Amino acid sequence: MIYLNAFLFCGFICFLGQMILDHTRLTPGHVTTIFVVVGAFLDTFSLYDKFILWAGGGALLPITSFGHSLIHGALMKASNLGPMGLFMGMFDLTSSGIIASIVISFFLSLILEPKD
Amino acid sequence: MIGDDMEKSTYKDLVKKHTPKEDSLLNGGIAFIVGGIMGVVAQLLIDFYGYYFSIPKSAAGTFMLITFIFLGCLFTALGFFDKWVTFAKCGLIIPITGFAHSIMSAALEFRKEGFVTGIGANMLKLAGTVIIYGIVSAYVFGILRLILGGAV
Repeated sequence: MIYLNAFLFCGFICFLGQMILDHTRLTPGHVTTIFVVVGAFLDTFSLYDKFILWAGGGALLPITSFGHSLIHGALMKASNLGPMGLFMGMFDLTSSGIIASIVISFFLSLILEPKD
Repeated sequence: MIGDDMEKSTYKDLVKKHTPKEDSLLNGGIAFIVGGIMGVVAQLLIDFYGYYFSIPKSAAGTFMLITFIFLGCLFTALGFFDKWVTFAKCGLIIPITGFAHSIMSAALEFRKEGFVTGIGANMLKLAGTVIIYGIVSAYVFGILRLILGGAV
């Protein structure tokens, strides 16, 4: 059942992105930025956590989960340390994604030639 | 004279690019199906990693993200990813593979200009917007949550 939810949720987000891309003059960069901000907004009152429980990997894979994990880590630290925790916990959950992308692309760009 | 011709032809190209609105539903359908399949594969990978390495679900989710980032970077570097994106569009851009693709393509493109001024300065050129607006919005919403919702 969670596989069907994952299909529907991830597909729906991609569909929304495609609609924004087709019917406005925004570039893919704008669309991904909008989705990150939307993900951060949805987790302000822990709504995105419910999506993750409902759709599993389908909710973790889209870029909205990047915004979600930024604010989630920040709020987790803030619950112990107050407002200063927002500065400390922001990357707690997201660091793996950013660091993996940077390290992997650095070494792959050393090994492989660009193909055009 | 030549400039006039060029302007006309680019104008025609622009008009041609923006007029067909009827296949936007087809694009949306393709994005829906491709994105949905990616979501199912993500859930399969989470279950697989959780079972095979016997780790909790959150760690398995991180492993899954790293797998997708690695695949996105690899296929970008091998040159397949751009062709797939022209077919599936947002089905591949909205998942984390699009983030990996933007970093990898910038790194490949500016590789000729050297390590520091090329790769180092330009790698996060496209992904930087995602990171910066993500952090700023998360900070603002975090303050909002602390004011409105009290303790988490």
